[in-house]
Amino acid sequence: MSATAESLGSSASAPAGEVVLDCDLQKVFYGDFLAVRDSRVPIEKGKITGFIGPSGCGKSTVLRSLNRMNDLIPVFRFEGHVKYHGQDIYAKKVDPVVVRRYIGMVFQQPNPFSMSIYDNVAFGLRLNRFKGDLEERVHKAMERAAIWNEVKDKLKNSGLSLSGGQQQRLCIARAIATEPDVLLMDEPCSALDPIATRQVEELMLELKQRYTLALVTHNMQQATRVADTTAFFGVDISRGGRTGYLVEMGETEQIFKDPRQELTKQYVSGEFS
Amino acid sequence: MSQIDLTSPARAVALPSLERQYLERRALVSGALTALTWAAAVLGSIPLFSVIFMLVAQGGARLDLEALTALPPAGFEPGGGFGNAILGTLVMVAIATLISVPIGLLAAIYLAVLGPSSQLAGVSRFVAKTLTGFPSILAGVFTYAVLVVAFGYSALAGGIALAVLMLPTVVLAAEEAMKQVPQRMTDAAYGMGCTRSQVIWKVVLPTGLPGILTGVMLAVAGAAGESAPLLFTALFSNYYLAELMEPTASLSILIYNFSAMPFENQIELAWAASLTLVLIVLVFNILARLVGQPKV
Repeated sequence: MSATAESLGSSASAPAGEVVLDCDLQKVFYGDFLAVRDSRVPIEKGKITGFIGPSGCGKSTVLRSLNRMNDLIPVFRFEGHVKYHGQDIYAKKVDPVVVRRYIGMVFQQPNPFSMSIYDNVAFGLRLNRFKGDLEERVHKAMERAAIWNEVKDKLKNSGLSLSGGQQQRLCIARAIATEPDVLLMDEPCSALDPIATRQVEELMLELKQRYTLALVTHNMQQATRVADTTAFFGVDISRGGRTGYLVEMGETEQIFKDPRQELTKQYVSGEFS
Repeated sequence: MSQIDLTSPARAVALPSLERQYLERRALVSGALTALTWAAAVLGSIPLFSVIFMLVAQGGARLDLEALTALPPAGFEPGGGFGNAILGTLVMVAIATLISVPIGLLAAIYLAVLGPSSQLAGVSRFVAKTLTGFPSILAGVFTYAVLVVAFGYSALAGGIALAVLMLPTVVLAAEEAMKQVPQRMTDAAYGMGCTRSQVIWKVVLPTGLPGILTGVMLAVAGAAGESAPLLFTALFSNYYLAELMEPTASLSILIYNFSAMPFENQIELAWAASLTLVLIVLVFNILARLVGQPKV
């Protein structure tokens, strides 16, 4: 990629930074249903990669393929590879449980466990038989997730007693307490009000200093606010089904200001959603 | 009532009255239905309160330390009590709980988490549902045929008969409680890198625990009041239980025996024993409510 092309902003398809998760998804099936095809989505270190697209385009499916969460669905089938630091997480000898300890996840609905706020954040550390100072790690995770000040006096209360926005930040604290390498976020703000959304977005920008983030969002403004790189997925209904595929991926600014594909242009200008 | 003509905009007339119309048909029907449900609620609670009232009135007088600790009196003997029956009931319920809860819980884990739509689960669920509606005497007959014929009447056989009775209730209640655990919580646990057994032990069981305990306590309360399964298994004894392999008294059988006797003293003791049994069940129910409350 030449410097001139970069400055023109016309292309960013070849990632400049180190690729942490190289996702080359050829086909994903749920049973006989081809959900996503032909999507190469490299996730770069220390950046936020946003996934946008109309509903049913498979952006969540792609995200959940990145830490093998889809394996929980019995009829799920994956063709292609996802290389995590060069190692294919879909290789036979790979244990998905171990994969998920390095590649954490934050879900659409805040989902704290029915236990105390403290125990929620300590959960992953205890799971991994963490030997160090548990209290300090929990404290640090909560500070990084910008929830500490609100809960420091009620760590023994149930995680479910918090408001939606607080629950989501608690879930982020829980996810980062074990220091995962990559954090996958599946529409983390869709159940939150605008103020809580703003807090979580600010938090994401903080977190990318230390972690690599991939973010599914149905909110294009959110993608422009936080994502460094954006992948736009479309739906192909030509063969009778509804199959998602990657239309275009590039720097967020390029995707929104100078899309190369007509479909992307239509989508980011709000012609369909 | 005023009316609005919607056919012509030119002929708009006065707004309808918004005042409450007590004699309108809707208001009358609604009032009548409310009164009906209220009356049904009162009617339904009359038998319950009369039973409790009668137990307290008839059994309260004899419910003293002697009744709670002494052995049953013979024939025309005055005084006495049913201490051995209380012990027998508690021991057999404890045996039944120790057998039915571990088995029931493991079965429920299979039904709720491991293979909810498998064929085995379908069959087990159907059998469990059928068994909850079975006459309890069959649990006694079953245990009689399997155990008593070979080993004789015993407290252990009584406990096993009660366990057979409790098992389906425990399985179904525990399955229901575990199915109530939201999928987003188990998703979160898998997302943290939990294995399936870790998801079950660290998230599904603790989250469903209040519901599981409520189900167990209800099964215990039900078993404590059963008499039919004990008729052919634990039989009866006039003495305190010394070992599990001998016949034992139980409150329900004592009530059954004494209430049919022609002696005033025994009949009074039967009433007192009934009240005691109700109180024991009440204590179990209160415990179930207490442990059923979420801790945090």
